[in-house]
Amino acid sequence: MDAEAIRRALRRVAHEIIEQNADLKSVVLAGIPSRGVEIARRIAEFISAIEKIDIETGVVDVAMHRDDVGTRAELPVVHESKLPLPLEGRTVIIVDDVLFTGRTVRAAMDAISSFGRPARIQLAVLIDRGHRELPIRADYVGKNLPSAASEKVRVRLEQTDDEADAVWLLKE
Amino acid sequence: MSTRWNRKDLLGLRELAGDEINLILETADAFKQVGTREIKKVPALRGKTLVNFFIEPSTRTRTSFELAASRLSADVINISASTSSLTKGETLKDTAKVLEANHADIIVLRHSSAGAPQFLAQRLKSSVINAGDGAHEHPTQALLDLYTIRDKRGKIENLHIVIVGDILFSRVARSNIFGLTKLGARVTLVGPSTLVPREFEKLGVKVSHKIDDVLPGADVVNLLRIQHERQRKEYFPGIGEYTALFGLTKERAKLLKPDCLIMHPGPINRGVEIDSEVADGLHSVILEQVTNGLAVRMAVLYLCGGIAT
Repeated sequence: MDAEAIRRALRRVAHEIIEQNADLKSVVLAGIPSRGVEIARRIAEFISAIEKIDIETGVVDVAMHRDDVGTRAELPVVHESKLPLPLEGRTVIIVDDVLFTGRTVRAAMDAISSFGRPARIQLAVLIDRGHRELPIRADYVGKNLPSAASEKVRVRLEQTDDEADAVWLLKE
Repeated sequence: MSTRWNRKDLLGLRELAGDEINLILETADAFKQVGTREIKKVPALRGKTLVNFFIEPSTRTRTSFELAASRLSADVINISASTSSLTKGETLKDTAKVLEANHADIIVLRHSSAGAPQFLAQRLKSSVINAGDGAHEHPTQALLDLYTIRDKRGKIENLHIVIVGDILFSRVARSNIFGLTKLGARVTLVGPSTLVPREFEKLGVKVSHKIDDVLPGADVVNLLRIQHERQRKEYFPGIGEYTALFGLTKERAKLLKPDCLIMHPGPINRGVEIDSEVADGLHSVILEQVTNGLAVRMAVLYLCGGIAT
């Protein structure tokens, strides 16, 4: 995927979010650091341009909610979570770059619950590459990218990686 | 944040690189935020056991570690000297081996002998966190001091930090000196020449015996408690004299810059090293230090306790 394909995919996701959420003011786009935060910002920009309203964004840290701390060679870096409070009555849309096993999303839902009880939680991702290990699915998908477990999906965004926007499927 | 953490123990700030100290402070930012949530608890260390092993008395440090561990979902056991088998003649090493055999993942050790945490760290697979060893180091206290300065002033580099009091016997001062100089602060130590010998200049700090000369240029004044329990007559003539010469009285506080921070690791001896009005005044960030201590200890436990063993 190149920059233009990413742009189109995220614009479509923005349209779908508008279609599914009559009350856009209650929507919070919560990005998972670091690329999810940038993708959330871009989707919010599209929604603002299309509907002429401001969409709230936030950051949801998952590192301290993961279930594999102490088993991975590298400790995930923790980030500060920032969500508009209270969450009661809001629709929180978790935003990430790649949906893979679903464990990160589970951790994100856990983190969001510690801030309060939103009316609903949805999930938007740029890439769904399959191989779920938990009963989790995305509500909004930029692109389905069927992959083998041994392959790697590499996402690069200008703002977070200092490289041109792109998505690659790397064969091992 | 490109630095990676790969230490199972935190024994002191002397052996840490500036980047590692910054990583702890940045990690503490994230954990401080947890304290503002509706549910102030995260599952990061679920299933891990922390032993608070305090051979010397302490309420605030022990409580802070206990609370930090609970907020990370670890299980906590508290052992003090009087409740341990050390009183029955068991050696420190044997007691610690027993703790490890009980699957203690993290041991937080307060001990009157310098080097005790290192002794255990080299012999145990568990993480060992130094909660104060003799007059050697008290790394988490210094980290929370650094965190508070950075939080209040936005940086540490080039600030002038004045540490007043019993430097010779103070592990808090030593850890602060290592941390502050690594992060680029200028440090001046103030106190009677018996308690602040010139030898300290070898650590890259200045030494002064006249507090009134130093206060006007200070960005932070960190007052240490006069440790009655460690004082001997030859070092320390009398409390009244100390207060007259080095106490941060109401009058002396007028010398301070308007944005100068006053810090104290506690417990405070009101009327000795600091006047009540100053301890409770506008410059004082003493209670914020306590709150930040919780975030910093969560960060340290997460980093040391979270790495794969």
